[in-house]
Amino acid sequence: MNTLMALLIGILYASGMYMVLRRSMVKLIIGLALLSHAANLLIFTMATLRRDRPPLIDESETALAAPYADPVPQALILTAIVIGFAVSAFAAIMIHRVYQTTGTDDLDQLHTTDS
Amino acid sequence: MNLLLVAPILVPLLTAALCLLAWKSVRVQRWLGVAGSAALLASALALFAEVDGRGMAVSHAGEWAAPFGITLAADLLGALMVVLGGIVGLMVAVYSLGSIDEGRERFGFHPLVQILLMGVCGAFLTGDLFNLYVWFEVLLMASFVLTALGGERAQMEGAIKYVTLNLVSSAIFLAALGLLYGLTHSLNMADVSLRLARLNYPALENLLAVLFFIAFGIKAAVFPLFFWLPASYHTMPVAVSALFAGLLTKVGVYALIRVFTLVFRDDVEFIKELMLVVACLTMAVGVLGAVAQMEMRRILSFHIVSQIGYMIIGLALMTPLALAGTVFYLAHHIIVKTNLFLVSGAVARATGSFELKKSGGLYAAQPGLALLFLIPALSLAGIPPLSGFWGKYILVKAGLESGQVVLVVVALAVSVFTMISMMKIWSEAFWKPHPLGLTPAPVGLLNGPIAAMAAMTLAIGFGVEPVMQLAERSAQQLLEPQTYIQAVLEARR
Repeated sequence: MNTLMALLIGILYASGMYMVLRRSMVKLIIGLALLSHAANLLIFTMATLRRDRPPLIDESETALAAPYADPVPQALILTAIVIGFAVSAFAAIMIHRVYQTTGTDDLDQLHTTDS
Repeated sequence: MNLLLVAPILVPLLTAALCLLAWKSVRVQRWLGVAGSAALLASALALFAEVDGRGMAVSHAGEWAAPFGITLAADLLGALMVVLGGIVGLMVAVYSLGSIDEGRERFGFHPLVQILLMGVCGAFLTGDLFNLYVWFEVLLMASFVLTALGGERAQMEGAIKYVTLNLVSSAIFLAALGLLYGLTHSLNMADVSLRLARLNYPALENLLAVLFFIAFGIKAAVFPLFFWLPASYHTMPVAVSALFAGLLTKVGVYALIRVFTLVFRDDVEFIKELMLVVACLTMAVGVLGAVAQMEMRRILSFHIVSQIGYMIIGLALMTPLALAGTVFYLAHHIIVKTNLFLVSGAVARATGSFELKKSGGLYAAQPGLALLFLIPALSLAGIPPLSGFWGKYILVKAGLESGQVVLVVVALAVSVFTMISMMKIWSEAFWKPHPLGLTPAPVGLLNGPIAAMAAMTLAIGFGVEPVMQLAERSAQQLLEPQTYIQAVLEARR
């Protein structure tokens, strides 16, 4: 499972980076979304994947016994997903406005403010 | 809860909420913005007084003891940064009364500034790494909207670069957080620091250190990650770019200082060498970029990059004197750089253009404004007895004590080039007659915040002793993180 997740995260990072480097604005924000998904899955995997070990304290015990699925990373990911959603929504509206004001989807045309 | 610690976050939040309630009345929003920023500065000063007396202030959200709850903690550096944030916020709020057009005000300029200030103060006060990420997102979101607000073509072009690079930086920060959590199973900075010290994975720690350096380096605009800054800062309204120039890159520098003094303490020799090289190149490339520009705000944007290099020096050398120099430089730079952007707005208002070729005649028409420009400009270049001279003097002295001759040579050469840039602005915008023969218009209210910040520059320059003592005490705290760790882990409030 770990190997599979590592491969998946790698593919997400690679395709995200590739999309960010394209000239089209639409592909740019798709790439940014892929990058944030890759980061979320990375957090998920780094906390060690465990089946059948919910973080629940057994009735006969007072504390959590050692191997359990850590809930904290999932809470972190939940926060990050919400933030990522807001950012993606903003980015989608922004490229729409950029397209309206500049009339192009090509990032290479947007160079008048560079120095 | 320690109310003093929460107030710098709550005050801007409340102000923003009140501004939204007064959505239809721009005039009410304006004065709410000024009053809210003044209240933020007052709460920041109260917090600073508390921290100055006790050394630390710690508070845990919901009474959950560290490392389980979210910690708010202020040491001297954090409290000082919050005070500086309050100063910049108030000055920009007053300045925007006379400079922001009503169209932007109608679409939420004032509440957005307050949200930005809340994010900045939150980032300075948090003691939790994931919480730091959340505050970064808060301030980024507000800054994204402020960047694009108005929707002019240049603004939209700048915005897309600003947004993209900052989102990439956030993704890297998040990935680094995930790896760090996997390694230490904690996010509280004090706790992570202790746990990392017990672990022995130098390769992973170095990898994490580099990831954090890249993530915060993009936000702080160090070489070679700074290209978004000079491509976007000159496109926004002056009040916004002054706010960004004063605070946003400095949040990145603050995060670098925090992470590399508290979290990663040992086993990261590699990153220290990397920082030395990066500091030299950031100073040199930034200042050379400025030489080629003939637009006032573009010149100033490149100088932000160059000055960030000076702040990295202290972090790379990590001696008490060098770190004190960095803290001093941060305080000096935030005030001076914000002021220079404010002056650029006044120059454009008076002469009609940010382009140096199209402006002129200000010295003859408004010698007062010319003097107010000279104070921060000469301070930026490092002319004694202004504040920039002392900052550079301390850093150069620390560099010589550590035997880093190349670094010292670069730092001194860069300040000569800074002087050239400032003199270019002086001779074009102030000294030469206006190319169209116009008499520059008066700038009225805009002079107020500019004069106030120039006075602060003079105060730091002539009253250098207390500020330097504060910087030294702060550096001592940063170099002995045990005090911070103990205060956070043992606080019971």
